[in-house]
Amino acid sequence: MAVRRIELMLCTGTGCVAGGAFRISEALEKEIQKQGLEKEISVIITGCNGFCGHGPLMLVQPDGIFYGFLTPEDIPFLVQEHFLKGRPVKKLMFSPPEKKEPVPLLSEIPFFKKQLLIVLRNRGIIDPEKIDEYIARDGFTALEKVLTSMTPDDVINEITRSGLRGRGGAGFPTGTKWKICRAEQKMPKYIICNCDEGDPGAFMDRSVFESDPLSAMEGMIIGGYAIGASHGYIYARSEYPLAIKRMNLSISSAKDYGLMGKNILGTDFSFDLEIRQGSGAFVCGEETSLILSIEGRGPEPIQRPPFPAQSGIWGCPTVINNVETWATIPVIINRGADWFSKIGTETSKGTKIFSLVGKINNAGLIEVPMGITLKEIVYDIGGGIPDNKKFKAVQTGGPSGGCIPYSMIDIPIDFESLIEAGSMMGSGGMIVMDEDTCMVDVAKFFIQFTNDESCGKCTTCRDGSEALHKVLTDITNGDGKEVDLEFLEEVGNAIKDASACGLGTTLPNPVLSTLKYFRDEYEAHIKERRCPALVCKNLIKYYILPEKCTGCKLCLKNCPPGAIKGELKHIHIIDQSKCTKCGTCLDVCPPKVSAIIKVSGKEMENITGIEEPYPVKRKGGKNET
Amino acid sequence: MYQVGNLVKELSDKHGRMRESLMPILQEIVQKHNYLTDEAMVEVARELDISAAEVYGTASFYTFLDTQVKGKYVIRVCKTITCSMKGKSDIIQTLEDMLKIKIGETTTDKQFSLIETNCIGWCHKAPAILINEMPYTELTPEKVSTIIKDYMQK
Ligand SMILES: Cc1cc2nc3c(=O)[nH]c(=O)nc-3n(C[C@H](O)[C@H](O)[C@H](O)COP(=O)(O)O)c2cc1C
Ligand code: SF4
Ligand code: SF4
Ligand code: FES
Repeated sequence: MAVRRIELMLCTGTGCVAGGAFRISEALEKEIQKQGLEKEISVIITGCNGFCGHGPLMLVQPDGIFYGFLTPEDIPFLVQEHFLKGRPVKKLMFSPPEKKEPVPLLSEIPFFKKQLLIVLRNRGIIDPEKIDEYIARDGFTALEKVLTSMTPDDVINEITRSGLRGRGGAGFPTGTKWKICRAEQKMPKYIICNCDEGDPGAFMDRSVFESDPLSAMEGMIIGGYAIGASHGYIYARSEYPLAIKRMNLSISSAKDYGLMGKNILGTDFSFDLEIRQGSGAFVCGEETSLILSIEGRGPEPIQRPPFPAQSGIWGCPTVINNVETWATIPVIINRGADWFSKIGTETSKGTKIFSLVGKINNAGLIEVPMGITLKEIVYDIGGGIPDNKKFKAVQTGGPSGGCIPYSMIDIPIDFESLIEAGSMMGSGGMIVMDEDTCMVDVAKFFIQFTNDESCGKCTTCRDGSEALHKVLTDITNGDGKEVDLEFLEEVGNAIKDASACGLGTTLPNPVLSTLKYFRDEYEAHIKERRCPALVCKNLIKYYILPEKCTGCKLCLKNCPPGAIKGELKHIHIIDQSKCTKCGTCLDVCPPKVSAIIKVSGKEMENITGIEEPYPVKRKGGKNET
Repeated sequence: MYQVGNLVKELSDKHGRMRESLMPILQEIVQKHNYLTDEAMVEVARELDISAAEVYGTASFYTFLDTQVKGKYVIRVCKTITCSMKGKSDIIQTLEDMLKIKIGETTTDKQFSLIETNCIGWCHKAPAILINEMPYTELTPEKVSTIIKDYMQK
């Protein structure tokens, strides 16, 4: 293929395609031909780079210039200006909200500049169903290096020196785990990859297996060599069919290439992989439960020690690591422990993938060096909160974690700082909440989740979560009592101390952390029967302001239960006994009119009791009341 | 209700007759028929030479190994926090209206079952649902109703 002067890397990820990426590519091809540039410019289709909020988008190489929000109409001008006359088009570049000057280079845009892709290095770059593409990006060079020039102890030392800690939640040092397992005498030994991801807000493991399945598998083969195992399992949740399909494809192509199976790369090391599926039980992500599930036994977690590294599947020494941990291994081997341990903080090395979801502009997966601040994540990478709303908190660590309030936005993100803040790293879900989020409601959500997912073995976890849920429900219903807050704290601490597995010991965290940082919201619910975020349905009312209503009937037509009374050009009224608080009326009332309000607490009583609709009379632009 | 016939035997030949074969066998029966009948579980117990109580106990632990009658298409609506923040209740409303059933129920023609589930890993494209294994994301009431109409015609 002839080398072209310019390459246009056009994203065709799901988001950009929905935004019309293929129409952009047609327009580009057409204009390039029209200008006779087809020998100089080629359009290359790529996968998603995560900046979906700005699609359709493309990168001009080798200049590195980024264009976003493209429309087919922009293309002729763009091609003529930039590629014919050599004048990059400013108005199609990224412009940061607060500054006026656009940022031409992709590498300078905060979303990309603050990220460091190690695990996601191949995302959007390779076809995940073609092993050759993985190999072309240094795939299996780490395995080759390990098998030809390192002893198992060398491998373990390298991983230990890198400072890598498990990405599945607890952050246990990976090298140490492998060393314990290697030291066990009993044979055979096993490797397990934990892909049972279920934390609300988290989907990095799915993404790794969907976009670069062989990276985690290469890590597992290396792990097998290090501890002396020749068999491994991937335990994947059944909700991830595409990931599972790609695992299967990868296993068979790796076998075809002699990179898995008997005598890998002609050495006497053999390693096989098998996939096992979950069936919709969150607790099976816990390592002892997962092992029992593979064995086909009742998967209630069991007390450790012994740890799986000593006695795991079939009672044999087993190393179980998270998907992201496995996918990091080949890079550490290739680039060295010294390189890896320079990234991150004193105790948390390397990068971590986070999923940014909830009230955030750039929702999706990001990979950042440990130690980055929450502020950089939410504002520089996440692009801030939609609709100019106020940032209230971020929930990290799923049901085991907690809420970090706005006041702590400068906190560095690493294992220790998050625990100190009353939360934890967990698998890396970050749920961003704005001023419209009720923190008591959030706590109730997570307790509902753990109550659903508790296996029921420990009374503290099963009944404790039930008790917490009942009290939180009372509070959000407006039936809270002042003693409830003490009760939540007492029961929360008791559950922490007396449950068998991590699900139980951490389940009170969402309650305790919101109580710590948002106690005033709990108190408002209890003492004033007021939900400050205007979320809890029992504590809010919708109300039509007579002085603003124009009698357009829009709300009346859209109200699902028919709770609104009115006629054309009459002041409308909500029948509170029929209103289901769905909020539709507030959404449909034209912004210019804004006659509908949502109130809570004392204001609910102040609603003047108009009984029947009456004609709108305008005086000086306002209605008479 | 369906008849298991030779299925359990075939699956046992494929996955083996050890304790660890239990889950893959049950999963494949559910993949085919969407739920487990008593007959199927007894048959599995016989093939693997374990007690029926053990089979039932294992199945009842997992939400996807359903022992209640399920329709041909099982719709699982994510009820977890991100989907909730992004309007899952409108989605449920639309589904209940279209299918004329409530959460937890199956249509009388045994085509659809509607259930809630916890996070399915599509939170950045919330609200999300699964129909059997297929994810549908960034849903609006309009999008959901087009999707369901398609399934109704299948
Ligand atoms: C209730 C519960 C659920 C868990 N779910 C997962 C999971 O989905 N994925 C995961 O890797 N680890 C999960 N873990 C942590 C595992 O028990 C285990 O620590 C981890 O897989 C070890 O891998 P790592 O050292 O690479 O993090 C869970 C723990 C608990 C208590
Ligand atoms: S803490 Fe909860 S989930 Fe864990 S073993 Fe006990 S009851 Fe089961
Ligand atoms: S909140 Fe919903 S139910 Fe209540 S009046 Fe408005 S549209 Fe009708
Ligand atoms: S919260 Fe619904 S998919 Fe994650």
